[in-house]
Amino acid sequence: MDDKITIITSTAVPLPVENVDTDQIIPARFLKATSREGFGDNLFRDWRFDKEGRKIESFVLNDPRYSGSILIAGKNFGSGSSREHAAWAIHDYGFRVVVSSFFADIHKNNELNNFVLPVVVSEEFLSELFDTVFANPEAKICVDLPAQTITNLSTGHSEMFDINPYKKHCLINGLDDISYLLSRKDDTEAYERTARLW
Amino acid sequence: MGKTLFDKIWDAHAVNVIDGGPTQLYIDRHYCHEVTSPQAFDGLRRRGLRVFRPERTVCSPDHNIPTHDQDKPIADPVSRNQVDTLNNNAAEFGLDIFGIGHPRNGIIHVIGPENALTLPGYTIVCGDSHTSTHGAFGAVAFGIGTSEVEMVLASQCILQPKPKSMRITINGTLRQGVTAKDVALYIIAKMTTSGATGYFVEYAGDVVRDMSMEERMTLCNLSIEMGARGGMVAPDETTFAYLKGRDFAPSGDSWDEAVAYWRTLPSDEDARFDAEIHFDAADIEPRVTFGTNPGMGIGISEPVPPNCGENEAERAGYSRALKYMGFEEGRTLEGVRVDYVFVGSCTNGRFEDFRLFAELVKGRRKAPGVIVWLVPGSRKVMAQIRQAGIDKTLAEAGFELREPGCSACLAMNDDKVAPGKLCVSTSNRNFEGRQGPGSRTVLAGVPMAAAAALTGYITDPRKL
Repeated sequence: MDDKITIITSTAVPLPVENVDTDQIIPARFLKATSREGFGDNLFRDWRFDKEGRKIESFVLNDPRYSGSILIAGKNFGSGSSREHAAWAIHDYGFRVVVSSFFADIHKNNELNNFVLPVVVSEEFLSELFDTVFANPEAKICVDLPAQTITNLSTGHSEMFDINPYKKHCLINGLDDISYLLSRKDDTEAYERTARLW
Repeated sequence: MGKTLFDKIWDAHAVNVIDGGPTQLYIDRHYCHEVTSPQAFDGLRRRGLRVFRPERTVCSPDHNIPTHDQDKPIADPVSRNQVDTLNNNAAEFGLDIFGIGHPRNGIIHVIGPENALTLPGYTIVCGDSHTSTHGAFGAVAFGIGTSEVEMVLASQCILQPKPKSMRITINGTLRQGVTAKDVALYIIAKMTTSGATGYFVEYAGDVVRDMSMEERMTLCNLSIEMGARGGMVAPDETTFAYLKGRDFAPSGDSWDEAVAYWRTLPSDEDARFDAEIHFDAADIEPRVTFGTNPGMGIGISEPVPPNCGENEAERAGYSRALKYMGFEEGRTLEGVRVDYVFVGSCTNGRFEDFRLFAELVKGRRKAPGVIVWLVPGSRKVMAQIRQAGIDKTLAEAGFELREPGCSACLAMNDDKVAPGKLCVSTSNRNFEGRQGPGSRTVLAGVPMAAAAALTGYITDPRKL
């Protein structure tokens, strides 16, 4: 992946549902592919399309008023299965930031490993973002990774978010963990010589 | 200050700690299945890498495989391709694989322990959230994404932030008819589906100490359903007795050396946890779930609780779940008609589960009209069932045993619950559509599944 994330200013897609599990983000029957591409077509498949494959108009991804590279979701986003396909689907669909008040651990790691930035905000700020975007789908939000801030440009309200410095460095510079681990192979071999290995 | 079981294992595997960042953690055992690995192997090829320590990875296809006619090619070409891809990748990169029909094939979280590929003190990862199962042996075991699978293949290490620690102690004596599954579903309901996120959990107390290894695996398996990174139980005599003599267990002097080391692993008495939670065994009765996440559960005698979400999103989620399931607040689930029963999965697909099911159905008959899938977690489990003659008991009661695999747990193979139908399932997730588009899942233990299979309704197994 050749992405980098620094400052993203965009309109947003609101999904005020809590406990969105990865089975909803990408149902298991779509996990049979052996490549990383094309999962965006089936993002939220069973919420987006009915059994006959027709669009469910009431679902936000089918609502032409909403678009942008920021997804705003309810608490505990990405629970359940470890499937990285969920992060691939989110990225492939075009999202670069997911904002929520709480993320499930494995999915959060998967987003970070795929250049999708999980931004954790307070319940109050999340609720304000939903209100703003529902009132005005054109409203923009600015996520500044170097400064670790997220700003509701309609109200000027801003919040800091946490990210570990290593991952921040990776996202800003387009680096992945494997390059780091490969550069540490000598340490790994030294570890193997002293560790208790069965 | 003393150290926890988790800290002892984590610290012993830390190759490096990045300043202000994650730990470079050495991985002793990596399990690989067909769904979450193909893109990782592609990554290796793209980078021109080999697998760094091939002897530490073991592969077994499980998610896609049909649970009948395993001697024939898989009919679904997409599933077949994914399984073939795993076979080809294992061959290309020199990895052990227990393919379909191999005497060691089965669900990866069943075969690891039963072959002693999982050992106390190990760090264990797999591209699968139920990797927490292996924590039952006193291992640090957790699920990872495919990018991380690639990291492990390439370097035998992974970068992970160190989670916080939590101890959940369950003391007292379990009431009659209450299983490890009920204990887990009770804990998850109390903790909620996200209540342990950010934590690695150690289970302790009388109840856990008295559990068999198979029960401990059921308990640890479900840790992820309350958001925990993993769950674990301190290794003890029960652990050692289970492992001794199994295919890949250390033997001779190295067995003694291993046991001596494993005895040093339990949390020190003065170890401190970031969170301590206590439950009383007497409060737990056989459980069922009524909603669309494993935290939405009740005792079989309890009514579906009222919608008391703290905000609009929570209340909307609750209503949506009840509407999806077709259940009403204030009503118990007893007497609800059941269309399917599934016994199996990495949660409840081991020998003890089928032995218990057989004990309960012995001398009775399967209810007409209920489709019952009994799916052993592995070929070895299947062999044990036959050896013990349990297959005959099951057949006499009108039940048929299928071949091993993940089966109806996640609808990636032929075993799918039809839209709108209700399944009492011993698996681990009741998400919308988990067992097939539009399927409705009630999670429960083996006795509840047996009671539903015999009566055709959700029935308190203690009334059988």
